[in-house]
Amino acid sequence: MSLRSPLGMVLGRGNAGDGVAHWWAQRLSAVALVPLTVWFLAALVRLPLADHAAVTIWIAAGWNPVWLALLLAALCWHSRLGVQVVIEDYVHSRSLKLAALLLNSGAHMLLLAAGVYALLRVAVRSAA
Amino acid sequence: MPRQDRPLSPHLSIYRFMYTMALSILHRITGVWLALGLCALVYWLMGAAGGEAQYARATALLGSGPGRAVLLTWLAAYCYHFVNGLRHLAWDAGFGLERRAARLSARLALALALAGFLLAAYLLLCPRAGAL
Repeated sequence: MSLRSPLGMVLGRGNAGDGVAHWWAQRLSAVALVPLTVWFLAALVRLPLADHAAVTIWIAAGWNPVWLALLLAALCWHSRLGVQVVIEDYVHSRSLKLAALLLNSGAHMLLLAAGVYALLRVAVRSAA
Repeated sequence: MPRQDRPLSPHLSIYRFMYTMALSILHRITGVWLALGLCALVYWLMGAAGGEAQYARATALLGSGPGRAVLLTWLAAYCYHFVNGLRHLAWDAGFGLERRAARLSARLALALALAGFLLAAYLLLCPRAGAL
């Protein structure tokens, strides 16, 4: 029988708050990526990839920009969460870990912004 | 702060090596490699958005000998990470956690990933009109 209060027993044992959200987001993005990546690969296989006109027409066609934006978002989200866990597991120095985590988040935001910008540019130009 | 009192899981090196362990770390390795592949995907899209000349430069780089070789490693990494990811999702749903099932699904995942990779690589790189 311990005389320590319940609060005293949990204090200092780290955060039990956001692990579940991270876990869910990782699984949710994984499930989304199953159809999205298969659809994308199936399209790549049929596209004449060396032909700029054909590629941009495909990117802008119908709902393709929407699926591609979702694909990029799910990829960046999933990738960011995954690399984050790897950094947290293997980088032990506190300052280095913080720097790596910030770099990870920033790089993935940059990739997502650049990717969506490219999609919009192709889609808007084809609509004009 | 009771930091030192925290329970530690037994250290990795005390376990007898089993191929399921190699597959487990391979999921991480392919995942990190695919994160770098994301840069190539965005580079390709930016090329398409930048006009014909910029797209030609991007496809020349990606379609070069070394470019193709790296693309193939990303394709292989994707195939493995995809199939093994389905395995992880099944575990999360509570299926296939028994030793026998986990070892069987490990072999199955490797076989499916290899088959998927060979099929996708053939379809992507076989001679066709406008292929990269």
